[in-house]
Amino acid sequence: MWPFSKKKQLELPDFWWEYEEHFNEKLPEAIGENTFVVLDTETTGFSLTRDRMLCIGALKLLDNNIVVKESFEVYIHQEHYDSESAEIHGILKKSKRDLVSELDALKQFLVYVKNHILVGHHVMFDINMINAALKRNSLPKLKNKTLDTESLYIRTLLISTVVQKKERYTLDDLAKKFSISRKDRHTALGDAFITAIAFLRTIEKLKPQKIKDLLR
Amino acid sequence: MKNTISERIADFLKNYPPFNAMEAKQLEQLSLEVVIIHKETNTLVFSQNESPHTHFYVVNKGAVALSKAGQSQILDICDEGDVFGLRPLLANENYKLEAKAYEETILYAIPIKDFKPLALENKRIGNFLIESFASNTGNPYSIKHRGKLYGGNEEAERYSTNKILDLQPIKYSTDLITCKEGTKIKTIADLMTKHNVSSILVEKDNLPLGIITDKDLRKKVATGLFPITAMAKSIMSSPIITYPKELTLAQSQMAMMKSNISHLILTEDGTTESKTVGILSKHDIMVAVGNNPAVLLRAIKRATDAKRLRSIRHGMMNLLQGYLDQNIPLGLVSKIISELNDASTKQVVQIALSKMEEEPPVKFTWLSMGSQGRGEQLLNTDQDNAIIFEDVLEEQLEETRSYFLKLGERISKELNTIGFEYCPADMMASNPSWCHSLTEWKNVTAHWIHNPGPDEILLSSIFFDYNVTYGEKALADELSHSIFDQASHYPQFYTHLASGALQNPSPSGFFRDFLVEQDGEHKDFFDLKLRALMPIIDAARVLILSHSIKSINNTAERYEKLAELEPNNKELYLACSYASKALLKFRTKQGLLHNDSGRYIALDKLNKEEKIKLKRTFKTVKDIQSLIEVRFQVKNLLR
Repeated sequence: MWPFSKKKQLELPDFWWEYEEHFNEKLPEAIGENTFVVLDTETTGFSLTRDRMLCIGALKLLDNNIVVKESFEVYIHQEHYDSESAEIHGILKKSKRDLVSELDALKQFLVYVKNHILVGHHVMFDINMINAALKRNSLPKLKNKTLDTESLYIRTLLISTVVQKKERYTLDDLAKKFSISRKDRHTALGDAFITAIAFLRTIEKLKPQKIKDLLR
Repeated sequence: MKNTISERIADFLKNYPPFNAMEAKQLEQLSLEVVIIHKETNTLVFSQNESPHTHFYVVNKGAVALSKAGQSQILDICDEGDVFGLRPLLANENYKLEAKAYEETILYAIPIKDFKPLALENKRIGNFLIESFASNTGNPYSIKHRGKLYGGNEEAERYSTNKILDLQPIKYSTDLITCKEGTKIKTIADLMTKHNVSSILVEKDNLPLGIITDKDLRKKVATGLFPITAMAKSIMSSPIITYPKELTLAQSQMAMMKSNISHLILTEDGTTESKTVGILSKHDIMVAVGNNPAVLLRAIKRATDAKRLRSIRHGMMNLLQGYLDQNIPLGLVSKIISELNDASTKQVVQIALSKMEEEPPVKFTWLSMGSQGRGEQLLNTDQDNAIIFEDVLEEQLEETRSYFLKLGERISKELNTIGFEYCPADMMASNPSWCHSLTEWKNVTAHWIHNPGPDEILLSSIFFDYNVTYGEKALADELSHSIFDQASHYPQFYTHLASGALQNPSPSGFFRDFLVEQDGEHKDFFDLKLRALMPIIDAARVLILSHSIKSINNTAERYEKLAELEPNNKELYLACSYASKALLKFRTKQGLLHNDSGRYIALDKLNKEEKIKLKRTFKTVKDIQSLIEVRFQVKNLLR
């Protein structure tokens, strides 16, 4: 009935199968035993079809620890190029950083994230960006569970109808609230780090018992 | 393969010894090996007698308390940039102290195997290590490096108690204010005023020649003996008495008494023939002697940044602990601590003001609300605050507001730095709803009074305990008048306020058992604030406001005043006053014990006596609740 889907699946490269393999394992129940991958992407813009990722930064958080050496940072070689957004992120088309192809970046990323929970600020944007890139390279979507630091932060605020809550909280708002230095704002790994600290502080406030309390 | 995070770590470390002695390349390498650790408040980094970890630690944010296991006495607090837990690693011995996160903390853990080769190779690092470790054994020669490595920072040590103080090396001021022999007296006075010091050093060829103190200005200039145009030479005290820089507290006290002077000049080798390294004043000694409210108050007033205030506040907590241990009446304790809290806030406002690019466009008032407004904030709890500014023309309103919002944001950020948590409901002057002109505030409060829904009652109950911390008192007074005026036209408001006070759940059940929380994060804990303190505080507020008294905010004092105003209820009111103090003391003790807000109490940790004491106050809570229920006819509301 679905002649194409079967054929397509067979064509998937080994690294994808290895990635999928990890999802046969269940996530640990305790928060402290889970590895969280905190990520951020820098992109040429906000369009899922027209814009491209310039860089993916990510780090691993396990039991309140971040091992610096195990952080992830790739810069992606660009054809599509938008001068306006490059100004914000300071990534020029021919920067001195080593550039890899989009497919290589995705491959490395999948090897890095395994089945860990992905954490990000407005995380769905980053996920959608990565999914769009996966699609371009004829790969399926990410399978990981996700957590958004904005919605987690909103959960820490008291509910009161008189004092209005803001609708949106940017990463800058969170950095300010938690006094995190905003020095490396707009580099993917720098933003991922800020997000990670904001995530830790939010968790301390929420005090979830089990991992499922977070993922609800 | 450096990355953004390791660059950031290197950037931080390079400001602090011993890392400042490293080459950029080495530091880059080392930073890559770091593990960043987030520690929640009160969690252990390592415990006493634990075998050494593979890493030692640098505090990036927050603070870590070092103490002997099982003792509440904190020996040391490591702040930003301080290194700890290194010596056991080098000496290959177990940890001698336990290290606990004093607040939420971020640590950089540095692997010893990568650090050690660098330390052996680099002479400056080696020296630093030797000096710091030596200083821990009481060697005063390394005063400048003292404690940086293991012992912790000097600030914290200055305020800690229970040490053999007399033999401690003393901290002196090293940023010297100096002048030449020929400097005019007026210039000198200006200089001293600018730097807020009581003495100035007269130097010649970089060697100390004489000293001029406030006393000299008073005795020799103000009396007309010398004109302000005269030269420094004419009024200075010379020759001066110099001491070597390694001076203990006892030695310096004796030196001052012996020569009957209030300032000691410390030089490199103790003679007048070497460079001056510092001045030691009587004030420095007072500070070193320790925890005395007057000294802390002066230290607060002299603080020029929030970080300094933060360490002073650690001292305040020590003071508080001492007072409670000695069973000093809580009325007095809360007065002193509130005074210090108030002074810190005032200083923060002042610091923030000085950092603003422009002067305030109009006069304003900084209000502290909630527990701080009532003078009952003994522990570091949330900040609740608001700004009233003078009325301005309609078209300037938003511009003026944006100035004060910016100011409010700065202040609340600095308050956060010194230890006041942000208000989770955002009741802070950085919120546009809590930063209004006088007229706007009158309208807002009038609205609350005329439309007393549950939210409005909650807001009024927080707001109406306001107290002026900084700025124009007149603005606040005018607001109070307006509030009473509105309330007298709408007495129903008191009924609503009283019903609000009865909303809180009861502290005890049918058989006089404690009622504990049923679910959530504090399941099976007793909520002292909600179930016992709030009812008694809320009742005091509505009663005193109904007497149109705004000048008293403190709950215990409110009840004392009420006892005076209504002699027939005197007994109950005095019981309430006592209960409010007892409960506050209880909360403070619990808070100090667990280093938290003291709000939630684990009942199984209380002994029998404490439980009985607590229960005794519940009867009073119930009595006062039935009094206001009847008086303000709350039942009518329910129908």
